Amino acid sequence: MKYVEEFRDPAAARGVLAEISRVTDQIGATADAPVRIMEICGGHTHAIFRYGLDKLTPDGIEFIHGPGCPVCVLPRSRVDECIDLAEQPDVIFTSFGDAMRVPGSYKSLLQAKAQGADVRMVYSPLDALELARRNPDREVVFFGLGFESTTPSTALTIQQARRTNVLNFSVFCNHITVPPPIKALLDDPHMCLDGFVGPGHVSMVIGLRPYDFIAQDYGKPIVVAGFEPLDLLQSVLMVLRQIRDGRAEVENQYARVVPAEGNPVSLAAIADVYETRPSFEWRGLGEIDASGLRIRPDYATFDAEQKFQIGYGAGQARAVAEPDGCACGEVMTGRVKPVACPHFGKGCTPELPLGALMVSSEGACAAYYQYGGARAVEVAK
Amino acid sequence: MMAVAEISGVRREVNVACIAEGAPLENLVGTWTLIHVGFAMSRIDEDEAAKTLDVLRELGEAQELLDAMAEGAESLRPRR
Repeated sequence: MKYVEEFRDPAAARGVLAEISRVTDQIGATADAPVRIMEICGGHTHAIFRYGLDKLTPDGIEFIHGPGCPVCVLPRSRVDECIDLAEQPDVIFTSFGDAMRVPGSYKSLLQAKAQGADVRMVYSPLDALELARRNPDREVVFFGLGFESTTPSTALTIQQARRTNVLNFSVFCNHITVPPPIKALLDDPHMCLDGFVGPGHVSMVIGLRPYDFIAQDYGKPIVVAGFEPLDLLQSVLMVLRQIRDGRAEVENQYARVVPAEGNPVSLAAIADVYETRPSFEWRGLGEIDASGLRIRPDYATFDAEQKFQIGYGAGQARAVAEPDGCACGEVMTGRVKPVACPHFGKGCTPELPLGALMVSSEGACAAYYQYGGARAVEVAK
Repeated sequence: MMAVAEISGVRREVNVACIAEGAPLENLVGTWTLIHVGFAMSRIDEDEAAKTLDVLRELGEAQELLDAMAEGAESLRPRR
């Protein structure tokens, strides 16, 4: 496909890798004292392992896998609420595929479906709206999940539901935003990051300015990156050059997709439909101020929290403990590697996940397991 | 605001509200866009793509030159 193959050219990759090695040496980073770069986005985590970029880059670079996989940061309590909704007799519960296998306290959406709940996988929230139009005697709930890259799609769908008067459609909103958890991580005294690879698709919506605080207030470089191997390698090189030169700037490697000011139509739709919650719970990170979105009172008809009195909309959100010994939280904050978790590859595999990081292909544990293969499991033992 | 997009040979209707920019939809025919969950989210900027590729190619060519110089130096070393 155009704009894909060119960004996988091995000859160019050799050049970028050689320059990465040179700059890493100039910084003086080694395996014992590495430069720590966090890739915020789960799509980047997946690409790093898929293309073996962690093996191709020098030992002096350590990738810390950030909280940018929406399925992975979803607390078990939210999954439980989805299942409560899905098991109501008049409800058709619709979701993106990757959220279906996330374990709640008792079961996943997929297990609820097997037990008779009407749970349907959709590709787009527009499919869910169409389902509502065709089933006027049922309540169709869409599981609105994801960062700013996905939020415009549900906002535009809710606007369309109101325009076309489809009143049996609602969204269970669990949308979250990227900048607040990054600030929480930077404020964590245990965190020792040297720079960031910024999320490409989130940035095509929000633009570059929301990251200014990372450079200006915390003095860390951030480079917004595309998703092909050359995109990632070039972005890592740009971060390293900033570190070498003592600069802290917001740079854009993915300018072919990300305009500096973001996408005005998407931003307007988000602002029209959603408002910031006082706080929202993240798996592994706890409640983070102003990190989640809820549907504005003006659109309450399309808000599943209000319609079914569930979740944060019911006045309080349930807190549910993680499974015993599950290290998802520590992996998420970069404190430990997936293989250090006692359950990795034993009680927790992509087929039978215990923690969310093993569910999504964008989760760090699933990426380690899938591409680290037997070796990763061997290390774990 | 819908349009048909072709993704690796598969055709699907997508919402193009985010990339229409108030201009006639005909302007979008034949352009490349990033599609996410049924929505065209961003038009691919061909000039920016070319600029990024230029930088990457230069790094690749620079490395080829360095490799050639290293090889040349190696072949000039006295042999026993």
